Amino acid sequence: MSTLHTVNKSPFEKNSLADCLGYAKEGSAVLMYEDGVYGAMKGSTVAEKVAAATGVKFYALGPDLKARGISQEKLAEGIEVVDYAGFVSLAVENDKVSAWV
Amino acid sequence: MSETIKKFMYLNRRAPYGTIYAWESLEVVLIGAAFDQDVSLAFIGDGVYQLLEGQDTSESDMKNFSTTYKALGDYDVTKLYVEKESLEERGLTLDDLMPLTWEDEDDDWAEKDSIRLVSRAELADVLDDQDIIYSF
Repeated sequence: MSTLHTVNKSPFEKNSLADCLGYAKEGSAVLMYEDGVYGAMKGSTVAEKVAAATGVKFYALGPDLKARGISQEKLAEGIEVVDYAGFVSLAVENDKVSAWV
Repeated sequence: MSETIKKFMYLNRRAPYGTIYAWESLEVVLIGAAFDQDVSLAFIGDGVYQLLEGQDTSESDMKNFSTTYKALGDYDVTKLYVEKESLEERGLTLDDLMPLTWEDEDDDWAEKDSIRLVSRAELADVLDDQDIIYSF
């Protein structure tokens, strides 16, 4: 069963991303949106934890990155940017969605 | 009755857009500035994200209020403390923040930096020196 995990809180303010990473199994996807996109930035203390999650594919919502001034070069390696249609596709492609609100 | 000038500190601790706190803080700062008080802002924790350069909300149906920070100098709000530790935790440096300046009328309108990079310990002393602290 493949799962799309969604995270919309800053990893520095809430433990949503940390909880999510603890439960995301190999083959699952994690989509960061709203303040969750700060978890996609490189060089932060959170970036190491994201990099350590092997076999998990990470996505971030483009419009939310753009609003917050997070350009492509500020993103950690392995983060794929998707638009709203991409968000919908991910929800459809996976068997279920687990929202870590 | 003589006018007493008090030191007001607005402590910004949250990221912009995800919640209304950052924007509300700006609104209150501008009101406070109109009363000729000694106003300072500090950005700690996720608050440092408020000053990231290049914010563009054209694709997300929200108001981009980041340009307001650039206008603060015109309201004599010229002391913006940014905490070094908070930047480092987030993999950021001063270069990632928007340049914010003010013009000093007592110094031939020289353009000066509004952002003051301080350590947590230094900021603790600044906060200790304030009369009123509003936390957002």
